Amino acid sequence: MTRKILGPFNRVEGDLEVEVEIADGIVTKAWVNSPLYRGFEQILQGKPPMDALTYTPRICGICSVSQSIACASALAQIQNITPPSNGQLVSNLILACENIADHLTHFYLFFMPDFARDSYQNKSWHKNISNRFRAQTGTATPTMLKARAEFMHITGILAGKWPHTLSIQPGGTTTSVSASDKIQLLGILTSFREFLETQLFADTLENIIQLETDDSLKSWMENHPQADFAEFLQIAEDLDLHKLGKIDAKFMSYGVYTHEDNSFLPQGLWANGELSELDTNLIKEDISSSWMLSQNGAKHPYQGNTLPDPDQADGYSWCKAPRYNEQVIEVGAHARQTIAQNPLALDLAKNSQSNVRNRVIARLLELARIVPEMEKWVRQINPEEPFQIISKLPDEAEGQGIIEAARGSLGHWIRVRNGRILNYQIIAPTTWNFSPRDKDDIAGALEQALIGTEVDNEGNGSVAIQHVVRSFDPCMVCTVH
Amino acid sequence: MFNVLWLQSGGCGGCSLSLLNAESPNLITRFKSAQINMLWHPSLSEASADEFINMLDDILSDKIQLDALCLEGSVMQGPNGTGKFHMLAGTGKPMMTWLEELAEKAHYTLAIGSCAAFGGITAAGNNPGEACGLQYDGKKAGGLLGAEWRTASQFPVINVAGCPTHPDWVTDVLSQLAMGDLKLNHLDELNRPRAYTDHLVHHGCGRSEYYEYKASAEELGDIGCFMEHKGCLGTQARADCNIRPWNGKGSCLNGGYPCINCTAPEFEEPRLNFTETPKIAGIPIGLPTDMPKAWFVALSSLSKAATPKRLKDNATASKIITPPGNKTP
Repeated sequence: MTRKILGPFNRVEGDLEVEVEIADGIVTKAWVNSPLYRGFEQILQGKPPMDALTYTPRICGICSVSQSIACASALAQIQNITPPSNGQLVSNLILACENIADHLTHFYLFFMPDFARDSYQNKSWHKNISNRFRAQTGTATPTMLKARAEFMHITGILAGKWPHTLSIQPGGTTTSVSASDKIQLLGILTSFREFLETQLFADTLENIIQLETDDSLKSWMENHPQADFAEFLQIAEDLDLHKLGKIDAKFMSYGVYTHEDNSFLPQGLWANGELSELDTNLIKEDISSSWMLSQNGAKHPYQGNTLPDPDQADGYSWCKAPRYNEQVIEVGAHARQTIAQNPLALDLAKNSQSNVRNRVIARLLELARIVPEMEKWVRQINPEEPFQIISKLPDEAEGQGIIEAARGSLGHWIRVRNGRILNYQIIAPTTWNFSPRDKDDIAGALEQALIGTEVDNEGNGSVAIQHVVRSFDPCMVCTVH
Repeated sequence: MFNVLWLQSGGCGGCSLSLLNAESPNLITRFKSAQINMLWHPSLSEASADEFINMLDDILSDKIQLDALCLEGSVMQGPNGTGKFHMLAGTGKPMMTWLEELAEKAHYTLAIGSCAAFGGITAAGNNPGEACGLQYDGKKAGGLLGAEWRTASQFPVINVAGCPTHPDWVTDVLSQLAMGDLKLNHLDELNRPRAYTDHLVHHGCGRSEYYEYKASAEELGDIGCFMEHKGCLGTQARADCNIRPWNGKGSCLNGGYPCINCTAPEFEEPRLNFTETPKIAGIPIGLPTDMPKAWFVALSSLSKAATPKRLKDNATASKIITPPGNKTP
């Protein structure tokens, strides 16, 4: 039995270290360490509450808009206001733009390049994949970057810039969309759709959305070999990626893309084939394995605090261990789509639970499902109506803002006293997925998913471990913040 | 080829993601056009774990030439100066130590974004991470490497400040370095590239007419000038954000919110808060850059008296309600 420390893992956002115990070439235990601490929760204490709208997006440059929306929602709850229809539509469009761009970036830049590695050179598909996806030199990269940059013009129109906008406010958005803006937005979306329908899917988005079972996905793959998505499905079949990084699906979603009381992707929990209602009072953060000064048991984020201490004897990560009703939870696109009762996502979860293949499929499925919604949202904007309402902030209050970022459930909990921030706690998607062990020594989702991964006895350069880690599209800067 | 190594520490990764927004041409083609070889970038490179650490060792032992070292994110010196708040994964060594060693090998060293340049957002509040910049700690020269430190090419750290940086600011300076075009006098007093800091954010601002007549917005999202009430620092901030658009046609001002001067050291601690102008006896504090105070006050009161009705009407609205050419009754 050997132990090996692996890292850094690039093509994840931020820095990550994984320690694995290996016996007979199989990972038997894993410990996930987030090695960077910045201290946003400490920085925010004592600040004017509205300034959180400037600080919190800067927790993360890849999920920046999600942070803005979580913060604005918490402040809106404090003010007891709901943005008008236009404000909701514009926020949804900005968030969808970020989330979709993240899914695209993950697939083309962060995930697929690992299959172009020399370690796969004996595979029949290697030459093609290497030509298309090799890091920096693959033919897909410049094409995808061009499509992504043009798609991000949506944020130029609606958010001023990306990342780090201040256009998302508790009462709506500071941008008003003109009739001419609507035409431009539709043009950008149509152009992006063309990229997806020629390169990624080589098929219409509507046809992708209609795939309802794993079997129908397989026959689609055979009929669309030129699609980048199909290339992935073929590799997944060859490498048995449905067996890699596998854990029982225990999913959570906070729900997202809400317009007039209806969430396109609803909130909830899903485990053992059962859907149940979300109760955020059951969320607690444990710090038994964190480099944090000890507190009396796991705390709900309203009661939680953040006091870093690198000398905690049982600590091995700056990350806290969030639990839902004491359960380890996985969040992300597969969780979201399963809880939304999408037939394909449900079929994948029932057939093979949560694994590397399903996580990647769910992201691309979500991409196909959201772009047509974005087209509808643009058409629903009424330039004659207001985009925000303005309201004062009380001096004493507490608020919760929950939203789905690309990588999963993001929550902000804020307490205000004497007009200043008394406490601000953040639980990010990768905090859930990459959490360390809790007081009962139960490992986090990635720590569980790594068990059983085949590596050489040194664990060196194990590309399988990299597939597992990257299948979660981790965002480490969010994780610890 | 011009070898570039890009490392991240106490930041959000937003400058890297902004860099991917480069267009016409895209990032990869831009690198090609200036013969830039990205030795390693966290979002773009294949090498991971040991492959990457071996590459760092090869740079330190002069087996690989390092033309430019880019750091994104603050230097994390905490807790108590140990650097333990960021140990580079897989190495058991503080990132700040890696940076000190690699900077000695680099022909040029660049701080990408305000965090790496000055400490930035990560240094806000009571600065729990003891975050600083490569060669500045806020406004004070020093930082990790010290005020007098110079690369082998006799350059200080080049501070490509911004939160985030515009993709063009980064690719421009890297390309100029690769082509041998960048000279010391192309940097401003804070060692930022003058290519973008010779401008004020005010230049090209779509709200200029409102500024001229002191027709002020009262809320974010209003189309009037944000200087008087909403904390806008565009007339002082050094950047070309309204000349060189963001994400196609954007800028903070186009987005309906004020400039927070994110290219400047200590922008993370605003005078009052980010979206409110501090005032003494109702008079806003802070003058446009290079404007004599007496003239500014005189011109302001004069222009305020001359404000057309159209601008008064529109300044506090979220869209134009009175079009040009309407006669005042």
